[in-house]
Amino acid sequence: MSSSQTESKGYKSYLEEDGGRKGILKWILSTDHKRIALLYLYTMMGWFIIGMVLGLLMKLELIAPGKTLMEAQAYNATFTVHGVIMIFLIVIPGLPAVFGNFMLPIQIGAKDVFFPRLNLFSWYIYVLGGILVIISLFGNGPPDTGWTFYAPYSFKTGTNMLPAALGAFVLGFSSILTGLNFIVTIHRMRAPGMTWFKMPLFPWTLYGTGWIQLLATPVVGITLLMVAGERILGIGFFDPAKGGDPLLYQHLFWIYSHPAVYIMILPAMGAVSEIIPTFAKKTIFGYKAIVFSTLAIAFVGYFVWGHHMYTSGMSGAALWAFSLLTFLVAIPSAIKVFNWISTMHQGSISVEVPFLWAASFIFIFMIGGLTGLVLGSLATDVHVHDTAFVVAHFHFIVFGGVGFAFFGAIHYWFSKIFGRKYDPSWAKTGWITFFIGFVGLYGPMFYLGIKGMPRRYFDYLDEFHGPNIISTLGALVMITGFLIILVNLVKSARKGEKTTEMNPWGGTNLEWHVPTPPPLENFDEIPVIDKATYKYD
Amino acid sequence: MSESIAHHDEHRDDEGSKLGIWLFIFTELLFFGGLFVTYAVYRHAHPQAFHMAAQQLDVAVGTINTVILLISSMTIAMATTAIQKKDKGTTLILIGITLVLALVFLVNKYFEWGSKINHGIWPGSPLLDELGKGDTLFFALYFFMTGLHALHIIIGMVLIAVILVRVRKGKITHDNFQLLENGGLYWHLVDLIWIFLFPLFYLIT
Amino acid sequence: MSDTTHHIVSYRTYALILLLLLVLTATSVAVTQIELTRWATIVALLLASTKSAIVLAIFMHLKFDQTVYKVMTIFVVLVIIAVIVLTFFDYGFR
Repeated sequence: MSSSQTESKGYKSYLEEDGGRKGILKWILSTDHKRIALLYLYTMMGWFIIGMVLGLLMKLELIAPGKTLMEAQAYNATFTVHGVIMIFLIVIPGLPAVFGNFMLPIQIGAKDVFFPRLNLFSWYIYVLGGILVIISLFGNGPPDTGWTFYAPYSFKTGTNMLPAALGAFVLGFSSILTGLNFIVTIHRMRAPGMTWFKMPLFPWTLYGTGWIQLLATPVVGITLLMVAGERILGIGFFDPAKGGDPLLYQHLFWIYSHPAVYIMILPAMGAVSEIIPTFAKKTIFGYKAIVFSTLAIAFVGYFVWGHHMYTSGMSGAALWAFSLLTFLVAIPSAIKVFNWISTMHQGSISVEVPFLWAASFIFIFMIGGLTGLVLGSLATDVHVHDTAFVVAHFHFIVFGGVGFAFFGAIHYWFSKIFGRKYDPSWAKTGWITFFIGFVGLYGPMFYLGIKGMPRRYFDYLDEFHGPNIISTLGALVMITGFLIILVNLVKSARKGEKTTEMNPWGGTNLEWHVPTPPPLENFDEIPVIDKATYKYD
Repeated sequence: MSESIAHHDEHRDDEGSKLGIWLFIFTELLFFGGLFVTYAVYRHAHPQAFHMAAQQLDVAVGTINTVILLISSMTIAMATTAIQKKDKGTTLILIGITLVLALVFLVNKYFEWGSKINHGIWPGSPLLDELGKGDTLFFALYFFMTGLHALHIIIGMVLIAVILVRVRKGKITHDNFQLLENGGLYWHLVDLIWIFLFPLFYLIT
Repeated sequence: MSDTTHHIVSYRTYALILLLLLVLTATSVAVTQIELTRWATIVALLLASTKSAIVLAIFMHLKFDQTVYKVMTIFVVLVIIAVIVLTFFDYGFR
């Protein structure tokens, strides 16, 4: 299906379709999965900038011991809102909301997702959740509990817990509905001939992620309602004075929030699995191993939540059970890394921008993953729990993982989405600046954590000063890199050189066989699939 | 939850729509699951107190409510049979009975709760504070879980009422009844939750 | 694609199932009169699980549906049980 064929059939890109509506209405009333993907992208960009500014304020505060910009209360609120935004509004919706929405139907040969109106509704409640978080900023001030909302403080604090908790609840619903939509889409709308094991790897990760969204998110939903009950009624679930157990809050909270990190990382790994074969010009190594390791991570990851609670007072039996399971879940992740590297081995590598992000993802993710083993091991965790080491670990694996994959994906699929090209030199400059800044920002935190610097403190001992300066400078470099990337992409999306090239990278999946940008229903005719995906021969 | 896709009936995918409602049912199971975990933990910690507190609940009312929901599950299931047999009248009657039974359940609940509240027992009440931790936790769970369940009954009633109207208007027919089936599935879920709530609160005496 | 939409369960089947469920309900109430101590909870849960399985199989049509629904349902139930078991690794050994 070449572009000249579709031009003669009256091809119109999805961006030119307006459904008879004008202005903003053609966006916010559209049920086209591609427009919804962009709606998520634009709103997430806005939230990311706010979250990043909050992070920067924290780093500026920490550039020196003692008060630099703010007192403890403001700092507590800052890291709380930073966490709430980054977790619930950015990395959990993350790649599924943007790239899942845009690419899933096309990659499986479908015209849209199964429930297009539900899809738009998911975005609406995403926006509503964000509004509730904004509301929590006024009056008594944003919560100062940390994004983890631990009881009993979360029901005793005078700050605005309820709007924040309600916001998180609503955002959870958005996540559940997206997962539900994707699962049904994958079950029912694969093109004829696309058996499960001919489906590309990014949809596979969306499938595994969808199940986690479905089965884990409701638990945090009920937990937040219970906290609300505690605040409003004094019901007693988590109040020791009434017989409640604060530890039960932690169990219920992490029963969701650990699987949540697999919601974050699986689609990121899926994007990397798309990018690497394309730029190695080689069939992915071990397709089935990657599929099964995806499902294994989703499954085992459900049962490791207690590793966030080693020092909380759990029984010895719980300690060793969770530690054992935590080590087990590392295995399938390692399998994926072996497969990616093996794909690159003896491939014909072209070092384009998406590949730079995917390759550096593997490097950063490995560090994040290995430091996770330090945390997963009981004896070492006691030493680094609640220190800067943990902060470094999760930023490496979540920001490094999801963030790098997101940047890789946007640079990979950019021309397909916008029908325009970005400047690759600026993109590469942005990448290296960001990468250096990232390591500079989070690397020192590993050292600081081992040396004993606690997390979530606005002050620290003088002996931690030096590495903190490096970290703050790293933040400034990283943000510079981010701005370079952002400006390059935004400018190019609006005014970059137009392109209709269907397959600029030589990829094998279906998205490279539809016009650039795709028409409204993606395919003139639903394709019939005969060969396996990622085949380079 | 059971929207048919697209624009032509031959593209309608009832099986997919059904899968959608099943997936939603799974989320509801996990949603209540968190509360069942909580119940298990606190019952384990206060076995005697839970045993004694349960005696304050009226087994007869609980049993009647259980019977009511079981019958309503049967009637909504029969409604699917009726519509498949092209018997619109019977379909409407069966759906109507389901709604009435749901309402009776809620009325019973209202009186049950009312009685508790009149005796000074409600979430966070001073009497509960006096009675102690086991009682506080039992009734915290009782009100929260039956309350959340009642909310789902109300949602179910709205859904079933919408379905009733659509059957009447001929939008749900013998060859287009997935919405009815999906509504039935949701209703059975509400029944399932009660099947567990009943013994855990009323029968541990 | 299976013809579940065409499979019609008779009124009689549904009525018999209701009867069975009512009998099980009566049993669970009656059983509370017997001093079962530790077994009381297990018996109550077993009866409730049996009732649930019947509702799932007949009222909710799982018996007549494609296997995938049975697999998914059993999977979800097992996950819930596993979560409770793991939680009791903590609470059971404090």
